[in-house]
Amino acid sequence: MKLTIYRYDPDKDAKPYYQDYDVPVDSHDRMLLDALVKAKALDDSLAFRRSCREGVCGSDAMNVNGKNRLACITKLAELPDHVTLRPLPGLPVIRDLIVDMTQFFKQYHSIKPYVINNDPPPERERLQSPEDRDHLNGLYECILCACCSTSCPSFWWNPDKFVGPAGLLQAYRFLADTRDQATNERLDDLNDPYRLFRCHTIMACADVCPKNLNPTKAINHIKDLLVKRTV
Amino acid sequence: MALTVRRFDAIVVGAGGSGMRAALELSRGSLKTAVLTKVFPTRSHTVAAQGGVAAPLGNSTEDNWHWHMYDTVKGADYLGDQDAIEYMCRRAVEVVVELEHMGMPFDRLENGKIYQRPFGGHTQDYGSAKMAMRSCAAADRTGHAMLHTLYQQNVRSNTQFLVEWMALDLIRDPQDGAIVGVVALEMETGEISILQAKAVVLATGGAGRIYWASTNAFINTGDGIGMAARAGLPLQDMEFWQFHPTGVAGAGVLITEGVRGEGGYLLNKNGERFMERYAPNAKDLASRDVVSRAMTTEIKEGRGCGPHGDYLELKLSHLKPEDIIKRLPGIREIAIKFANVDPIRDNIPVVPTVHYQMGGIPTNYMGQVVAPEGNSKEAIVPGLYAVGECACVSVHGANRLGTNSLLDLLVFGKAAGEQVIKDIRGQPTPHRNLPKNADENSLTRIDRLNAANGGERVVDVLNDLRRTMQAHCGVFRFPDDLQKGVEKMKEIAERSKRIFIADKSKVYNTARVEALELENLVETALSTMVCAEARKESRGAQARADFPERDDKNWMKHTLWYKEGNRLEYKPVHQRPLTVPTMEPKVRSY
Repeated sequence: MKLTIYRYDPDKDAKPYYQDYDVPVDSHDRMLLDALVKAKALDDSLAFRRSCREGVCGSDAMNVNGKNRLACITKLAELPDHVTLRPLPGLPVIRDLIVDMTQFFKQYHSIKPYVINNDPPPERERLQSPEDRDHLNGLYECILCACCSTSCPSFWWNPDKFVGPAGLLQAYRFLADTRDQATNERLDDLNDPYRLFRCHTIMACADVCPKNLNPTKAINHIKDLLVKRTV
Repeated sequence: MALTVRRFDAIVVGAGGSGMRAALELSRGSLKTAVLTKVFPTRSHTVAAQGGVAAPLGNSTEDNWHWHMYDTVKGADYLGDQDAIEYMCRRAVEVVVELEHMGMPFDRLENGKIYQRPFGGHTQDYGSAKMAMRSCAAADRTGHAMLHTLYQQNVRSNTQFLVEWMALDLIRDPQDGAIVGVVALEMETGEISILQAKAVVLATGGAGRIYWASTNAFINTGDGIGMAARAGLPLQDMEFWQFHPTGVAGAGVLITEGVRGEGGYLLNKNGERFMERYAPNAKDLASRDVVSRAMTTEIKEGRGCGPHGDYLELKLSHLKPEDIIKRLPGIREIAIKFANVDPIRDNIPVVPTVHYQMGGIPTNYMGQVVAPEGNSKEAIVPGLYAVGECACVSVHGANRLGTNSLLDLLVFGKAAGEQVIKDIRGQPTPHRNLPKNADENSLTRIDRLNAANGGERVVDVLNDLRRTMQAHCGVFRFPDDLQKGVEKMKEIAERSKRIFIADKSKVYNTARVEALELENLVETALSTMVCAEARKESRGAQARADFPERDDKNWMKHTLWYKEGNRLEYKPVHQRPLTVPTMEPKVRSY
């Protein structure tokens, strides 16, 4: 198969360029990551992140023929014979397919991604009904791969002010947790023209999420909570 | 040129479960701590753990730490240190409850308590036929949920992370062998620095990438193992590698034992539930070494499935679809993606696949690294700690029970953090002076890679290493294979000294990282092969064709391997627990 890959090494390249690789894939190669590993065996200077190779660590998010995906769970059989790989859009490129995710994580950290509960901890586990626990499904599974935020035009325009779909999905994960007591504080923080309300329901996030999560839905739940609080 | 030196109270190398649990303790203890990690913390391989974390909460079946301890001692085939095992089992409830308080999204029972499922080798009443429901689970994403929860708590405690930094070597004070820091590479800039500290905690995880077929992530290259070996420290019990019974055939991706905990079972090509023959009581929930051997035997004797008869099938289609979707959603996703089957209808093709290293850097149950010195077999190496899969405490002995690894991370991560705080508070002086040439070993390696324009390709040496391990040191081990394997691994180790990389860039040079990782894999693989060849018995994960029985008289002892001279030593197993009577070795059956 043919891979056309975005290349840029600030140590030697004046500007980015595209390089073609003819990768000899065989029946053992199932996923796009397998092809990338083979390309790297041909040219060790090709740089990309990868780790778990099963879609749970979130390292190898990249733009595949225009769509953000995880290379390790993108089946070769479902791709055309010619694939163009670019780094995730909207973030600074460090090298080749490796982007600087500082801004993305900064937004994640800004929503206080931890349960806040100021009661003294009981001797045993805090109780939570199975129904209440079910509210966390579709939220806690996020792997922070950034496929969603980097396909969101609102995040491209205001990455410093708009929390972005990944951060907001996590904001709702803690709002939805019955053990968390910081609902008002969290809503105050998000009730802002940029942090939450830059979401214009474009839904690119839900379209690309490799874990089939739906940040748009979570964002709407946050908006509902804000409305309910005022009435 | 002098390298930049940064000073910390403590450095944790690795941001998986054990590293982050240790870091949390240190940050909460107000020590100036840096966590060094090759990947962003939530990318660490703890994320891939699925089935659960063991704790005798007794939420669904009666349970207590004594029973858990018994199962762990027996599961370890009596090679585990019983003081450490007692310590771990007694602290299990505490650390799991704490994790829940931190926000871990455990599944729940109707009464609101943490959901628990059965797991292999976990029983009630000291090995009775009744299984204990001891595995605390967040669906089949327990590791993911745990890793994210621990990261979140570290964010809350303002732990400092040095993300995408690779530790290269330990710095030892030549006077007393104390560890005073690490040399490390910042991947983005290619800059090498010295990180000086009063305590270094190695939490670098396992090195399952030494095998061709592995459930392990690319990053699991035994960096801490290599660092310890190069610093002259021994590695313990490296012959013991766990083959997980259910890796997806051909892909290696893990399918949790929790599938069998929820009622799934294995079938051979005749549709026979063959585990009934090998383990009449526990059946598919026997210990992992037992199930992996049974599966390998089935395949060898011609009862494997598929056109080549080279795998077995894992059936769960008899379970309710809604239970599969609720309790095993990640497995279903993996089966669909990597095996092209939907387990609601079809069986999953599986083979035993390398999963976990029981051996590692020898420590006591406070996480302090220990090594023979003078009259002591276990003198403390000042300033050095090891936790998690890279450490050998030893709680897993010759075979680990499922769900005990996540427990190990929590208990010993916390214990090591507590011990570091105690040790540092007792140190009056700020930092020791760095020895001369502290950076020499690392810089020599880096300079050689920068200068070499020809030689062996990293990928070729790596592939030969992995193929050699797979062919010579598998589920069943044969004397000829092992002897030849040792020779082959020595050759590969020699070849690894002649590797070169074409990429000479300073910026995010992944070729350089992979070349440095290869050296760590070489130490791990060579030690494994040598230890396995030397141990003339079968115990836990070491199953030798020529010595099929356990030999407590001659081999109830831990192996220690030294890089220098490729030398072996042995030391006794701690058979005495902390407070309860010794659990005497018995014939191990399930």
